[in-house]
Amino acid sequence: MTTSAPVLSLSGIGKRFGAVQALSDVSLEVRPGEVVALVGDNGAGKSTLVKIMSGVYTPDEGQIVFDGRPVTIDGPKQAKELGIATVFQDLALADNLDVVANLYLGQEHTAGGLLDEVEMEASSWQLLRQLSAKIPSVRIPIASLSGGQRQTVAIARSLVGAPKVIMLDEPTAALGVAQTAEVLNLVERLRENGLGVVLISHNMADVQAVADRIYVLRLGRNAAEFAIDDVTTEELVAAITGASDNVVAQRAAGKGTRA
Amino acid sequence: MSTTDERTSSTGPAFADRADERLVEDSSPGALLRGFLRRMRSGDLGMVPVIVGLVVIWAVFYAQNPRFLSSRNLVELSLDSATIGMISVGIVLVLLLGEIDLSVGSVSGLGGSILAVLLVYQGWPLLTAILAALACGIAIGVLYGLLYTRFGVPSFVITLAGLLALLGVQLAVLGSNGTVNLPGDSWIIKFANFWFLPDWASYALAVAAGAIYFAGRVVTIRRRRSLNLSAPSILSVAVRAGLLVVGLVAMAYYLNIDRGIGYMPLLWVLVIVLMDQLLRRTTWGRHVYAVGGNEEAARRAGIAVDRVYLSVFALASMFAALGGVLAAGRLQSVAQSSGGTDTNLMAIAAAVIGGVSLFGGRGSAFAALLGMLVLQSITSGLNLIGVAAEIRYIVTGAVLLLAVTIDSLSRRARKSSGRF
Repeated sequence: MTTSAPVLSLSGIGKRFGAVQALSDVSLEVRPGEVVALVGDNGAGKSTLVKIMSGVYTPDEGQIVFDGRPVTIDGPKQAKELGIATVFQDLALADNLDVVANLYLGQEHTAGGLLDEVEMEASSWQLLRQLSAKIPSVRIPIASLSGGQRQTVAIARSLVGAPKVIMLDEPTAALGVAQTAEVLNLVERLRENGLGVVLISHNMADVQAVADRIYVLRLGRNAAEFAIDDVTTEELVAAITGASDNVVAQRAAGKGTRA
Repeated sequence: MSTTDERTSSTGPAFADRADERLVEDSSPGALLRGFLRRMRSGDLGMVPVIVGLVVIWAVFYAQNPRFLSSRNLVELSLDSATIGMISVGIVLVLLLGEIDLSVGSVSGLGGSILAVLLVYQGWPLLTAILAALACGIAIGVLYGLLYTRFGVPSFVITLAGLLALLGVQLAVLGSNGTVNLPGDSWIIKFANFWFLPDWASYALAVAAGAIYFAGRVVTIRRRRSLNLSAPSILSVAVRAGLLVVGLVAMAYYLNIDRGIGYMPLLWVLVIVLMDQLLRRTTWGRHVYAVGGNEEAARRAGIAVDRVYLSVFALASMFAALGGVLAAGRLQSVAQSSGGTDTNLMAIAAAVIGGVSLFGGRGSAFAALLGMLVLQSITSGLNLIGVAAEIRYIVTGAVLLLAVTIDSLSRRARKSSGRF
């Protein structure tokens, strides 16, 4: 499953804010068709790392390799052009506009200077079907959708530019049980479509349900890396909190040499 | 999931947008009515309150004095609505962003003054003078937009300052005389008072409007069919186009009994139709709604939010100046009081009464048309039955309060039923 070359790989990433070393020597790899979970306690550096990958911050040190080429990501726009899409936690949808309008917001298709609504609606359905997404109609305002459906629209929107890597920041944070399952299905669909997925989550159950590999960040460093098949919730929690740092680190080191 | 809903599962080919079994789709008249009632209950009122209001107002005044609905009075009504109604078009745009422009009255007064002074004192050609007035309006709007986007000053304050400052500029432009009469033979006066469409042209226009609507819809239906999307039947569109033509012809006929459709009201309606198309069918319009609905989302989607604000403030002030130019033509003169007293509030009230939400992101350009007709009907009706000005202000205030209350209540209903 994870034999192909990484589509995005970060190594030795460091980022400092004044006196605070937010990240030091952090590495992460995502392969096509792989779901990588990024977990860690508050202040572990997850958000900083996500913002570096999505071009909001530039790292002070370290290397980013995308699709085999070393790159510098100078801004969110450039990240998007490279093929790294990010769905932030607050989704940023316009509630008063319908699904089609939101999917193509800022990248509207036009014909002869006018919005090509018909074409956008047809491609919206194509996009949503590709995700097997359950949206009853694309002509209803976003506000009348459930939380899971809104998340679906936000994820579908990030796919409009045909990205290779998609980062989901806490996609299930505010969702109920059924809606969470819906979003997790969606994540699996993204994997089936050959995208590299970086999933940031606090929810161990969600992470263990869909992720192929798990990176644990603690105090701005790589604390551990697990393959999903041989990790228990206890080990994960221990790695996140640092309760049994040594064992976890050893295990992680063992995995690193195996791969 | 198996469904007991026969209406969706048994209706012919599965269009891409009709595949979801939860989508309750039924186009029988009864179902359309039920859907309409459901939308009303959930607070999605749109233009319904203003249309109901207009019908009630017309019925009441007609009962008081049948002359109210005479051709003569309606033609007069159309002429009186167009000047402030033009200003209101700009207010609709500003409100769609969730902002406000309190200075449109002053800008319209200044626009009229610039026209009059350039025309009478400086001897400029009329068209050049009008263009100068409009350019001045655009410049004021751009200034507002820059103050808003660069320094983050609330539009309420910027335009309140503009209200005072531009009134001063207007007085300075008019000079010591204070009142400037336009030359009686200038075409802006004829345009605003005496030029009406010939009967045949009004009917031709009505038919053309129906034909354009029909052709546009047919093209859309063809494209939807070709992309496997559901589309209404050609027949239903033909019926609608037919009803549109019948309605417009009837209206034209009734107005033609008197003088007919004036050039100025026609310009007003055409501008509204144009703005409606720009808002609904262009990228710019889509971005206006997006910024009004969720500015942060719009910014993250890569929309040049500042440019949207700038363009809307500029357009609003331009329409205000245009309204001032038309008012100057209508009244044949410009005075220190031009654009003063209730111009501002009437223009803003018209947009709100027409159903544009004060909270941004909801509303249509046609709000300016219907809202202004409501306000002008109240004025005209009360004048007709001989009620003094103080009552008129009170009634207008009450109607405005009612409209804003409806807006707030429907917003609450929308929230509780999951619509924005």
